[in-house]
Amino acid sequence: MEELRKRIERSDEESIASSGIDFSEKMRSASFLQRDDSVVFSRSLSDGIDIMSIEEAFGEFPEIRDYYGKSFGMLGSGYPKDTKGGYFIRVKKGKTIEMPIQTCLFLKAQGFKQKVHNIIIVEEGARVYLITGCAASKAAGEAFHLGVSEFFIKKGGYLNFTMVHSWKEDISVKPISTALIEEDASFISNYICLRPVKEVVMYPTAMLLGKGARSSFNSLILSHPDTLQDIGARAIFRAENTRAEINTRAVSLGGKVIARGHLKAERTDAKAHLECRGLILSERGMIHAIPELETDLRDVDMSHEAAIGKISKEEVEYLCSRGFSRDEAQSIIVRGFMDVGILALPEVLTKEIKALEDKTLRADL
Amino acid sequence: MSGKPILEDISLIVQENETMVLFGPNGSGKTTLIKAIMGFSGYNAKGGRIVYKGKTINGFSIDERVKLGMGLMYQNPPKVRGVKLGQIAKFLCKDKKRVEELADRLSLKKHLDREINVDFSGGEMKRSELFQVLLQDPDILLLDEPESGVDIENISIMGRVLNEYLAQKNKSAFMITHTGYILDYITAREGCVMIEGKLWCVGEPKEMFNSIKSSGYEKCKECPWLKKGR
Repeated sequence: MEELRKRIERSDEESIASSGIDFSEKMRSASFLQRDDSVVFSRSLSDGIDIMSIEEAFGEFPEIRDYYGKSFGMLGSGYPKDTKGGYFIRVKKGKTIEMPIQTCLFLKAQGFKQKVHNIIIVEEGARVYLITGCAASKAAGEAFHLGVSEFFIKKGGYLNFTMVHSWKEDISVKPISTALIEEDASFISNYICLRPVKEVVMYPTAMLLGKGARSSFNSLILSHPDTLQDIGARAIFRAENTRAEINTRAVSLGGKVIARGHLKAERTDAKAHLECRGLILSERGMIHAIPELETDLRDVDMSHEAAIGKISKEEVEYLCSRGFSRDEAQSIIVRGFMDVGILALPEVLTKEIKALEDKTLRADL
Repeated sequence: MSGKPILEDISLIVQENETMVLFGPNGSGKTTLIKAIMGFSGYNAKGGRIVYKGKTINGFSIDERVKLGMGLMYQNPPKVRGVKLGQIAKFLCKDKKRVEELADRLSLKKHLDREINVDFSGGEMKRSELFQVLLQDPDILLLDEPESGVDIENISIMGRVLNEYLAQKNKSAFMITHTGYILDYITAREGCVMIEGKLWCVGEPKEMFNSIKSSGYEKCKECPWLKKGR
């Protein structure tokens, strides 16, 4: 029997799996699962990875306390301190972890307010993929999730972080995260939110602190009627020769999407690109793209592209002339638009995420 | 469209097993005619009937027309991001071998993995159009300038592939051509000329084309076939 599956109730399996969690752990290198405010599972299958609850980490490695709140300090912003639980992950120096680490933050009780603080450290030259799933049980009505995350990617390190939100129409969530990226390190963040959610507000920030650092934020958003997704990404270039891009695809079935992006170059030789494409499928839908590029330097290369509109009649009729019905054609175009290919997924996750997306979109389109 | 009629008094019959060629200056309404036959929105027949295989299809949707056996090769197909040529090919034809063979003949093997028409050259687009419409296996092909923008070498490949297809039983075609190059490969018995939304004459396509090439469309109005066609 799969250890991870044993720790959860049968009725929650489907919701948890829909956020990308692999119960078998066959294709995973470590797992962490928190239900409401209790950590129910945590184990590492690789000696290159420490994984445990944040409280446990403070006990076992007192030096970790120095990391708590550090990234927000550098950013000069506050953060909520009334958190309980959350994960600590450390990938040791020089280690390349082939299989992704998985974490899941799960809402179970009616009206529960889950507030976590996560710390992720990728030491020098280490490479790792992390997939984190956020989901809610059928019973978790009107619940709330606040996730504070701090990412530290040291010199030459690589973190590919994929977050799958699989909530419900009455849940509000607020992730707050900051990543500190050192010399020649990379932080790649992929965000997928296809199921209904009452409200998501998030504006993660990547700080490029060392030469050659790079970051990329990629999002696929499906907006359901009567929902709000205020989703942004920000990169601050604090070293020369750094690169960042933000790429968002949003489809509104009747909800409101605010797609923010902010690229701020404080050093020369920064290369930044921001792209946002939106499709509105319902009269009630709304997409508001707010791209910002900011610098007071000359030697930077910053650009943005944004395009929002309804589905092209010409494209629909083109597919109809190949024998697809109007509905089929629309669905093919929307699925193509929501191509997981725009995410910078690691190969080991691409198939899984694609299957997850197919399943969700098939139900909605 | 602005609401003003573009085509008037159109009467033509494409016979089974025959290819008919449509000539005409730019803006004369040729593409509009094809789009109306295919049932695109904004291209409605206000009067008269479009009949195919004994059925009046005026009220049919585009895909219903396709299911009845009609197939269109676009002059300027749109880009469809995120949708791969191979994906459509798989839908159109279940026979993998046939898909591969045809892709190979039309030098499209590498394009199967690419998004349809995204960064395709003019010639690649036309080859991909021909590829898709032939996989669809229609009984009547509507071809809107199949050879425009295609280099000579590829015209000959496309022409041969098309001619083989049309040589099969019960296949017909209605084809617009500007350059006439494709006529070197296709056996067409009838041609007609459209000027300012009206059909002017019907005749032997190659002769018509040669006369248009030497005298332009103005002469069409005086041509000997005029009486035959009207």
